[in-house]
Amino acid sequence: MFDSLNDRLSGLFDRLSGRGVLSEKDVDEALREVRVALLEADVALPVVRQFMTKARELATGEAIIKAVKPADQVVKIVYDGLIDMLGGEEPTPIDLAAVPPAVILMAGLQGSGKTTTSAKLALRLTKFERKKVMMASLDTRRPAAMEQLKLLGEQIGVDVLPIIAGQNAVEITRRALQSAKLQGYDVLILDTAGRTTLDEGMMAEASEIATISTPVETFLVADSLTGQDAVRTAAAFHERLPLTGLILTRVDGDGRGGAMLSMRATTGLPIKFTGSGEKVDALDVFDARRIAGRILGQ
Amino acid sequence: VANKALDAAALEELEDMLIESDFGPQISATIAEKMASKKFAENDPTAVKEALAEAIADELRGREEGFDPLSGPKPNIVLFVGVNGSGKTTTLGKIAASLTARGAKVLIVAGDTFRAAAVEQLKVWAERAKADFMGRKTGADAAGLAYDACVRAKEEGYDVVLIDTAGRLQNKQQLMDELLKIVRVIKKVIDGAPHETLLVLDATVGRNALAQEQIFGRQAFVSGLVMTKLDGTARGGILVPIAKASDAPIKLIGVGEDIEDLQPFRAREFARSMVGLEPLSE
Ligand SMILES: Nc1nc2c(ncn2[C@@H]2O[C@H](COP(=O)(O)OP(=O)(O)OP(=O)(O)O)[C@@H](O)[C@H]2O)c(=O)[nH]1
Ligand SMILES: Nc1nc2c(ncn2[C@@H]2O[C@H](COP(=O)(O)OP(=O)(O)OP(=O)(O)O)[C@@H](O)[C@H]2O)c(=O)[nH]1
Ligand SMILES: [K+]
Ligand SMILES: [Mg+2]
Ligand SMILES: [Mg+2]
Repeated sequence: MFDSLNDRLSGLFDRLSGRGVLSEKDVDEALREVRVALLEADVALPVVRQFMTKARELATGEAIIKAVKPADQVVKIVYDGLIDMLGGEEPTPIDLAAVPPAVILMAGLQGSGKTTTSAKLALRLTKFERKKVMMASLDTRRPAAMEQLKLLGEQIGVDVLPIIAGQNAVEITRRALQSAKLQGYDVLILDTAGRTTLDEGMMAEASEIATISTPVETFLVADSLTGQDAVRTAAAFHERLPLTGLILTRVDGDGRGGAMLSMRATTGLPIKFTGSGEKVDALDVFDARRIAGRILGQ
Repeated sequence: VANKALDAAALEELEDMLIESDFGPQISATIAEKMASKKFAENDPTAVKEALAEAIADELRGREEGFDPLSGPKPNIVLFVGVNGSGKTTTLGKIAASLTARGAKVLIVAGDTFRAAAVEQLKVWAERAKADFMGRKTGADAAGLAYDACVRAKEEGYDVVLIDTAGRLQNKQQLMDELLKIVRVIKKVIDGAPHETLLVLDATVGRNALAQEQIFGRQAFVSGLVMTKLDGTARGGILVPIAKASDAPIKLIGVGEDIEDLQPFRAREFARSMVGLEPLSE
């Protein structure tokens, strides 16, 4: 059902080369295959368009027409184009340069992986960067959301702001900031409730939390299996929050992960980490090559 | 008078809209072609939308099916499966509430013995729904719990047993095997059970939903689909390629996080809301 781009193009060029020399028109046909492949990898339509404009420039006939293996040549152009659009091969490191506590704010749709990723980040910062980390749950809505973060904290040996029933998200934010400051934490990770971007009350709440806590990093945590909605969601969160980066979860799935490209291209923000499992150590630094290969089905 | 075909620009716009709703490039093109052969009165965008909604509804109508565990054998065993975070637990809670409201005796079973606070989350839903609850410590054997729950349900005369499971990605065979084990032990206690296995899909998901439906469908014997989070900006158009690729009935939709935010799936209403038309009055 999901052929890799290489298979698609090989099939196409095999058919075309049977007719003799390739023409510009054949290249156009190859680019149409690229378009379909990207759409089937869940790259969002506006991003596909943007990408195709660039690919068309790079694939100025000659190189492809003369290539021994035109399919490989097109795949290479597309691959390089993807890497470029993903922000290059070098990952952007997490930024903790702030007067402590450096606040990290986690936001996103319901069920995207915010709470689990909060714990993953906390573990990473504690273990590799020797930071003193506190986590706090601002999720007063989902049943047992606070309990979930508390249990994860116990599991990884990271402190979690004590739960006080009845406080709203903004009150908890203030308490967390004060408590982290007084107790000398280096980093404070704020886990928020999931929200749809159409929920004006919840979006306003998120933006108020950001204003109060002045985070150094505000991550949009999103599911890498997302489809065309990726651009709408990324754009809407970017509009309301001072986002500094993206974290894409569930790359351990077998999706093509076009959402990663869509979100990166829509916001211009670096993808800083990817989540690759339910366990607390399943967090990887972003690797553009891996993602580009996956989108192409390699 | 309906005498004018849509022009190329209008057709492209329409096709783009379908692609952006996760119909995929092929089906979007096919539906656009269908629309190209239709004639409309000039300046009647509503008529175009109505026709488009009908074309979409045509694709889904054959999959519309009701969900009523109270009309089946008793105790009726309902299993919830799906990838991580799709909305299984919440959907279970909403269903429980609608059943207890009809006077049913409902047992909720916390078969997610893996994720942190999964048990506590479900327990809150059981309280909200005023249903009985059965759960064990994190790390306990989910199949063993399911077994005991079915035995208890038979002995104590429950109408419905709702069994939650941990989220799992369909490409993780070991986790799929664990799910199959749950299915097997349920069958051992009650012939013909589970009577329903609901695959819960998140509306934001893209092409991967096809693989989710195929693999869960085949390995866990899914009897119906639920699509959640349709209150957001995602339109859930992936249901159309799914309807083309399989014969899985679509039963329910989730439209929010609250207890009442669950509705029966109606192909026509779904299609209308997808193109931005008002619901039909009954
Ligand atoms: N396979 C896999 N599962 C993940 C990953 N990240 C999170 N999960 C799972 O996804 C589900 C949802 O994760 P949560 O951390 O609860 O998501 P959330 O965004 O906090 O959810 P809400 O607070 O309800 O909005 C859980 O079952 C997690 O175990 C990942 O990278 N891979
Ligand atoms: N907006 C919206 N949110 C929903 C809907 N259904 C579920 N959610 C939210 O999605 C998040 C995940 O829901 P859960 O029910 O925990 O999902 P799950 O499939 O049980 O997750 P795991 O057990 O971790 O795999 C929660 O924040 C729910 O409140 C819905 O229809 N609309
Ligand atoms: K949504
Ligand atoms: Mg959470
Ligand atoms: Mg659950």
